[in-house]
Amino acid sequence: MRETAVARSAKKSAVPTAPEVPEIERPPQPQRYKASKDQMMRLYREMLLIRRFEERAGQLYGLGLIGGFCHLYIGQEAVAVGLQSAMTVGKDSVITGYRDHGHMLAYGIDPKVIMAELTGREAGISKGKGGSMHMFSVDHGFYGGHGIVGAQVPLGTGLAFAHKYREDGGVCLTYMGDGAVNQGQVSEAFNMAKLWDLPVIYAIENNKYAMGTSVNRSHAEPLLYRHGESFRIPGFQVDGMDVLAVRGAADVALKWVRDGKGPIIIEFLTYRYRGHSMSDPAKYRTREEVQEVRENRDPITSAERELESMGVKEEELKAIDKEIKDIVVGAAKFAEEAPEPAPSELYTDVLVESY
Amino acid sequence: MATELKMPALSPTMEEGTLAKWLVKEGDEVKSGDILAEIETDKATMEFEAVDEGKIAKILVPEGTDGVKVGQPIALLAADGEQVQPSPPSGGEGQSSVAAQGGGAAASSARPHPAQPAAESPSPAGGEGKVPAPESAQPTPHLMETAARDLVADVAETRDEPEMPEGTPLVSLTVREALRDAMAEEMRADERVFVLGEEVAEYQGAYKVTQGLLQEFGARRVVDTPITEYGFAGVGTGAAMGGLRPIVEFMTFNFAMQAIDHIINSAAKTNYMSGGQMRCPIVFRGPNGAAARVAAQHSQNYGSWYAHVPGLIVISPYSAADAKGLLKAAIRSPDPVVFLENELLYGQHFDVPQMDDYVLPIGKARIVRPGKDVTIVSYSIGVGVALEAAQELMGQGINAEVIDLRTLRPLDKATVLDSLKRTNRMVVVEEGWPVCSISSEIIAIAMTEGFDDLDAPVLRVTDADVPLPYAANLEKMALIKASEVVEAAKAVCYR
Repeated sequence: MRETAVARSAKKSAVPTAPEVPEIERPPQPQRYKASKDQMMRLYREMLLIRRFEERAGQLYGLGLIGGFCHLYIGQEAVAVGLQSAMTVGKDSVITGYRDHGHMLAYGIDPKVIMAELTGREAGISKGKGGSMHMFSVDHGFYGGHGIVGAQVPLGTGLAFAHKYREDGGVCLTYMGDGAVNQGQVSEAFNMAKLWDLPVIYAIENNKYAMGTSVNRSHAEPLLYRHGESFRIPGFQVDGMDVLAVRGAADVALKWVRDGKGPIIIEFLTYRYRGHSMSDPAKYRTREEVQEVRENRDPITSAERELESMGVKEEELKAIDKEIKDIVVGAAKFAEEAPEPAPSELYTDVLVESY
Repeated sequence: MATELKMPALSPTMEEGTLAKWLVKEGDEVKSGDILAEIETDKATMEFEAVDEGKIAKILVPEGTDGVKVGQPIALLAADGEQVQPSPPSGGEGQSSVAAQGGGAAASSARPHPAQPAAESPSPAGGEGKVPAPESAQPTPHLMETAARDLVADVAETRDEPEMPEGTPLVSLTVREALRDAMAEEMRADERVFVLGEEVAEYQGAYKVTQGLLQEFGARRVVDTPITEYGFAGVGTGAAMGGLRPIVEFMTFNFAMQAIDHIINSAAKTNYMSGGQMRCPIVFRGPNGAAARVAAQHSQNYGSWYAHVPGLIVISPYSAADAKGLLKAAIRSPDPVVFLENELLYGQHFDVPQMDDYVLPIGKARIVRPGKDVTIVSYSIGVGVALEAAQELMGQGINAEVIDLRTLRPLDKATVLDSLKRTNRMVVVEEGWPVCSISSEIIAIAMTEGFDDLDAPVLRVTDADVPLPYAANLEKMALIKASEVVEAAKAVCYR
């Protein structure tokens, strides 16, 4: 059938053909962000805070102070930090899946209340009722923290719908992992986002493994930034281990979306060093593979090199490390000492009204 | 001062583990993130990473040692340039003898509980919701607080006598092994049977239920899917319509909510809508109900959701024998079956009859403990809680009969009503929400069909009517407890 159609159009026959469809409009290729020393220092500090926070969270899990599932962001820090450095708190919104600690820290949310949520204490950001996977800060425009793979994608699309509806100029940054891309609801959301040109950036954090299944074993189209093509959503791929490349991509995407051109997809090539969750033995990859990334592509080590090339001395970096460690130790201490929720909290927050 | 490296807790329920392999030796410099050792829990082998940098001054527990308690010191880490005297370590609950024994050969003698799998054996101490005062630098690892441990303890303290022909030899199996055996036996017997789901093949099952199936049956019959529940539930349903016998594994039934349209609209209604022409012989299986501290989106009992739907068979077994016999029956059934397992039960041991083909009837409840004073009806992990309560009630002079429903649809009303006729009092125990639940249904049956046998209103013990909270103390309040069942049973006996 397809052969025939091609032949016909080649001969320009009189048989009616489908109306011409314009090419998908595409944004310019993003450039690596040119950061000032101060900006670079800020990005570095934020990434380091996430790294040290997550290491401590892993340790508290090992001590039995954090329970249930706990998905660490170690290795992926540049993605959340680079993207969110370009967003405007109070105007834009952010939503992600269950690997959410880093995204909250990158948005400037107090490490103490995040850690206290991980230990299930009343002082936690969800009063201890949500845990690692279910954290929210409406004040920051951070809408979670969602435990079901892919569920945040239609939700983020809905947040973008609200931005457009209210004409508040905001953009919703919707994160998902490589695994989530396969959920049917993601395709459904893509379609509506483009159909209505909603202001949403879909940030795919491709860390190569959906739990234990690699991208090549689960995606017929392993170039994930192309998954919007059939919905006419443009996309591009970025080195997610380079915070400046991420920031450069964020600026292009934000301009695109704020200009009213509708959704955009960015695929970040990144890597998680730890297992999928604390109880994943990660047998599906070799220790050498992990080590290779740590040694050659680590986002924090790269940022250190960048800073050194800007003239920052090793002592300064050491001082920052010490400062960050103190913040994290303080957060852990707070989270360990804070009291558990009052028993009466069991029945609060189920409904808003009394009926 | 050297830092003690302590045995970490590597899974939600781990209490001890095997120090399988040291990847560093004494004198090695390590930095944060380096892998120090491999540690085996009953579920997996995990890597133990360094948090601080320093030098491995002394290895206290040699590789190959079993039964190393969470929190026990396993090595000493010296800060840069520090000298450490190789002195015996302090603390570790008198476990330092393990360190002194040396060599893998001595390992088995250090194992305190030879029979139970480490991670899921109950903690007799219980560890009331207290958090240890944080010590300056190195707090001791302890068990994660969770009410799930109490549920598991109730299960472990009960005995189960499976239905079988007299004289059949028994073998002790975990529920996990029993489920795997059921699938493997049916796959050997029927070429049409295959398994489909996330991480079922190469990963060997997210909860290791499909362990070894890929090796025996190959990738054609043990199929890894992308994370796309709605899609693969539909693919499985279509394959069943096309004459195959799919077993669709959901990593948990919480994720099956993405797929519930196919389970109900496609699978359950097909036979009826086609006037009996088109069958849909499929099994949807996976863990259901609360696990350990995994919070609201991963802790839900779907028993009543599916039992509501005509056209479905819903099974929710308690013991390993029932899990095996009923899963085999489910796979052979010409109807679509929702098979609700329980993660907390996976590691529990039960006696399973050693028979070539152990198949149980669908739709038949079982009296797991005969009694005469009060009937306690339950299913899944609630049966363990009910049995624990029955034991306690015995001490108080009340002889409770415990019924395991096993199949939630069709519900075995006859067994329930017959018991009620004899005891005249009833309590329903359900690890799930109370409203529009299986317990609601049992109470309705007792009211409409057993009214004249009732000497007291039927009471129920269920989870609190809230999304399951994460915090340890609230989780404990929310889940069912044997003590609540004891109180309810006494109340219906007017005691």
